[in-house]
Amino acid sequence: MSETTNKPHADTRHAATPEGTRAGHEHHIVPVRTYLLVFSVLMVLLIATIVAAKVDIGGAVGGLIVAFTIATIKAVFVILYFMHVKYSSRLTWVFAGAAFFWLGILFVMTLADYLSRPHVAPWAY
Amino acid sequence: MTAINYPESAPVVEENYLNVSYDVKSWLLTLDHKRIGVLYMITVTLFFFLGGFAAIMLRLELATPKADLMQTEMYNRMFTMHGVLMVFFFLIPAIPSVLGNFLIPIMVGAKDMAFPRINLLSWYLYMTGGTIVLVSIIFGGLDTGWTFYTPYSSQFAIGNVILALVGIFINGFGSIFTGLNIIVTVHKMRAPGLTWGRLPLFVWANYATSLIMVLGTPVVAITLGLVVVERLWGVGIFDYRLGGDPILFQHLFWFYSHPAVYIMVLPAMGVISELIACFSRRRIFGYEFVAISSLAIAFVGFLVWGHHMFVSGQSIYGAMIFSFLSFFVAIPSAVKVFNWTATLYKGSIVWSTPMMYALGFIGLFTVGGLTGLFCASLGTNIHIHDTYFIIAHFHYIMVGGTIMGYLGGIHFWWPKITGRLYNETAGKVSAVIVFLGFNLTFFPQFILGYVGMPRRYHFYPEEFQLLNVMSSAGATILGFGYLMPLVYLIWSLRHGKIAGPNPWQATGLEWETSSPPPPENFLEKPVVNHEAYNYHEQEPTPN
Amino acid sequence: MTQSTASIPDPHAGPLHDDHAHAGDAAQGGHGHSHPAHVAHHFDDAEQQKDAATLGMWCFLATEVLFFGGLFLGYAIYRQRYPEAFLIGSHHLKLTHGTVNTFILLFSSLTVALSVHAAATGNRKGIVRYLIGTLILGFAFLGVKASEYYGEYQEKLIPKLLFELPDPAHSEHMKELLEHNPRVKAAYDDPVRRKGLEQQLQLFFVFYFCMTGLHASHMIIGIGVMSWLTWRAHKGHFSAEYHTPIEISGLYWHFVDIVWIFLFPMTYLLRH
Repeated sequence: MSETTNKPHADTRHAATPEGTRAGHEHHIVPVRTYLLVFSVLMVLLIATIVAAKVDIGGAVGGLIVAFTIATIKAVFVILYFMHVKYSSRLTWVFAGAAFFWLGILFVMTLADYLSRPHVAPWAY
Repeated sequence: MTAINYPESAPVVEENYLNVSYDVKSWLLTLDHKRIGVLYMITVTLFFFLGGFAAIMLRLELATPKADLMQTEMYNRMFTMHGVLMVFFFLIPAIPSVLGNFLIPIMVGAKDMAFPRINLLSWYLYMTGGTIVLVSIIFGGLDTGWTFYTPYSSQFAIGNVILALVGIFINGFGSIFTGLNIIVTVHKMRAPGLTWGRLPLFVWANYATSLIMVLGTPVVAITLGLVVVERLWGVGIFDYRLGGDPILFQHLFWFYSHPAVYIMVLPAMGVISELIACFSRRRIFGYEFVAISSLAIAFVGFLVWGHHMFVSGQSIYGAMIFSFLSFFVAIPSAVKVFNWTATLYKGSIVWSTPMMYALGFIGLFTVGGLTGLFCASLGTNIHIHDTYFIIAHFHYIMVGGTIMGYLGGIHFWWPKITGRLYNETAGKVSAVIVFLGFNLTFFPQFILGYVGMPRRYHFYPEEFQLLNVMSSAGATILGFGYLMPLVYLIWSLRHGKIAGPNPWQATGLEWETSSPPPPENFLEKPVVNHEAYNYHEQEPTPN
Repeated sequence: MTQSTASIPDPHAGPLHDDHAHAGDAAQGGHGHSHPAHVAHHFDDAEQQKDAATLGMWCFLATEVLFFGGLFLGYAIYRQRYPEAFLIGSHHLKLTHGTVNTFILLFSSLTVALSVHAAATGNRKGIVRYLIGTLILGFAFLGVKASEYYGEYQEKLIPKLLFELPDPAHSEHMKELLEHNPRVKAAYDDPVRRKGLEQQLQLFFVFYFCMTGLHASHMIIGIGVMSWLTWRAHKGHFSAEYHTPIEISGLYWHFVDIVWIFLFPMTYLLRH
C-alpha cells in the first residue's frame, strides 16, 4: 500500500510521507514553478545556441565545443528536472550516468583511431 | 572424497509449475519465468544442433585437402550458418535465458522476474528472429561469415543478407529485454536479508552479463541496421568508393561483439562457481574477489574491441591502446581461476557429472585464456590473425568454456527443473567423451593455425591433412558426446528417480523449495540470514 | 542450516528448513494477501513495483542512448573527415524549421512534466489536458519534419535516388557559403575535389535522413504511447497513488527530446 497522502489540486512541494524502507524511493512532487523556470532556461539556451552558431568562435572546432557544451547543459536540465533525476535515488543517477559514460567509451576509443590516422597512415585516411 | 547420497524416493509436491496446467496455451502464453526458461531450453537446444550440423559438414569437408564435398559458395554458407546460429541463437542466450530465467528469481527469493510479460516477449523475439534467420539460410543462405564485414556484406554479397540481419536485429532486442529483466530483478526483488554480499555468484555473474547485454547490443543493432540501409538504398556508408569507411563497420560491430564473448562466458563462470562450491563442500575462496571480477570483466571487456582489427587498417596508436587493455582484461578472469583452484584445495571433492564439467571448464578455459594473450600481443597477432589459431582460441573459450558450463549447469539443476535424477554413470561417461572429443578437435587447430592454415578455407595444402583428420575425428566424438545427454536427460523425464528438494545437499534458496518448484517458487517468502555458501555449517555427510 | 542425509525433507511442509524465519505473517494463508488492484502479483507492494518500473525504463533508455549513439558516432567520424561537404549539407538544412522544431519539443517536454505533476496531485482533467497538448506538439513536430523532407526532395538532396550537388546559381545557401568560406570554395572550384564533394555530401544526407528518421519513428511510438495514456487517464485509471505509466512514458518522451537536443546542433548548426 502506498504511503502518500492524496492532495488533489494542491501545488505541494512535498507530499507528506514517512521514509520508505527501500533505498531511493521518493514521493517528491516537483512544483510547477520549477518546471516553468527550467523551461525558460531551456529557451534562453536555445537562443544562445542559434546565436553562437552564427558567430565564428574558433572555426569548426570552437563551434563544435560551444554547441556541444550548450546542448549538454540543456540535456542536463531536462534530465535533472523534467526526468526527476535530481530527486531520484543514487541508483538512477548511476544508470543514467552509465549510459552516457558508455557512449563516451564508444566515441573516445573510436576517435582515437580516426584522429590519429592522418599522422601515422595518411594513405589510409 | 565424499559421495552424495541420494534419497531413495521423496514425495512430490502436489502442485508444481509443470503440472499446474498442461494445455498448449498455458505454455505459449505463460508468464512463469520457470516455464519461459524451459521454452528457451528446448529452443536453444534446437539451434545448437542445427549449428552443430553445420559444424559436422565443415569438418567433413576439411577431412580431405581438396574441395570435394562442397562448392566454395556452399562452404561459405555453412560456416556462416554455423557462426550465426551458434553465436546469436545458442551461446548468447543459453545460460542467461535458460538457467538465468529459471533460477534468478528463485535465488533471490522472489515470485517471478520483475517483468514477466517482457520476459515472454523476449522469448518470442528470440523465436521470431531465429525463424527469420532460418528462413534466410534455407532459402539461399548467406556467405558473409557471422561477422558481416563490409563492404562485402553491404555491397557484393548475394544471398539473404537483409533477411538474416533483420532476424538478428529482432533477436537482439530479446537479448536486451532479458538483460533488463535480470538487472531490475536483482536490484529490486531480493528477499529480506539478502544483501548483495550474500548473493550466489551465479547471480553476480548474470547481473554483470546483463549489463553488457543492455549496453552493448544496441550498438550492433544500429550497425546491422546501417548495413541493411546500405544494401537497400545503395548508399556508401561503408563503401570506400563513395567516401565511406569499411573499418567504421568493424569498430561498431566489435564494440558489441567483443563484450558479447563475455556475455557468453561470464554466466558459465557463474555456473562454475556454484558447482565448485557444492562439489568441494566449501564456500568459494575469495567470494568478494570473484563477485567484483564479474563486474570488472563486464567493464574492461568494453575497452578492448580493437584487438579484432589489428590488421584491418586502424591507426597504430589505436592498436597499441587496444592491445595494452586486452592484457588487462585477462586479469579478472585469472582472479576467478585462482579462487576456484583455492576452493578446490583441501575441499572434499565429489566427482559428480556437474563437477566433471566444472573441472573441465577450468582447464580448458585456462588454455583458451592464455592463448588469448598470444592474440592480444601485436606482433604475434599479425602472424596468427585469420588462421586456425584464432579458431582454436575462441572455441576453447566458447565450447570448452561456455558449453561445458552450460552442460554442467543443466546437469546440476536438472533435478530442480524437472524433479528427476538422470543416470549419473551416463552423465559421467558423456562428460569424459565431451572432454576428450573436444581436445582432439581443437588442439590440433592451434598447431594448424600456427603453421599457417587460414580460416574459412575449405581446401588446404596436403601437409596439413593429418591434423585436420584428427580434428574431424575429434568432432565426431564430440558430437556423439553432445547427443548422449539428449538421450539420457529426456529418458530421465519419464524413468528417472524422483529428485527431492536437494539431492546435491547444496546451499542456495533454489534448493530450499521443492523439485520442481511450485508456481510461485516458495510456499512462504524466505528470509536470508547467512552468507552464500555456508557449507561449513552443514554436518559432514556420512559415507 | 543443518542437513542430514538420513532424513528426507518433507516437501509438503511450508518452510523446508525451520532455521529460517519467514516473512509471512498470520494474515497470509495460501493465497490470501491483500494488495491494491494496480499492484502486480509478483511484487510485494506498490513501491517495489514503481521502483522496478522506473529502473526498467532507465535501463531501456540506456539502450536507446547506445542505439542512437552508434549512428551519431558514424556521423561524427564523417564530419571530422569531410568538413567542407558537411558544411554544405548543414547550410542546406532549414534552420528556421529546425529551430521551431526544437522549440516544439522542449515545450512538449514541459507539457509532459506538467501531466506527471497533474497525475501526482490527482488532477485527472489536468493529466488529459497536458497529454493532449503533448500530442498536438508531437504531431506539429512531425508535420514540420515532413515539410522539411519534402523541401529536401524538391531541392534534389535525396542520396542516390534524386541527388545533385547544389549549384550556387540556383542555391542561395551555396552561393553564400562559397563567398564566406574559402576552404569550401577551394574544394568546390577544384573539379576533382568537387566530385568528391558530391559523394561526401550524399553521406551527410544519408546520416541526416537516418538520424532524423530514427528520431521521428521514436516520436511516432511516443505519440502512440501518449495517446493510449490519454485514453487511460480519461477513463480514470490513474490516481495520486498510481500513475507510474505516465511517469515512465514521460521519461521516454524526455529522452526523445534529448536526442533532438544533440541532433539539432550537430546537423543544423555547422556554420563554420
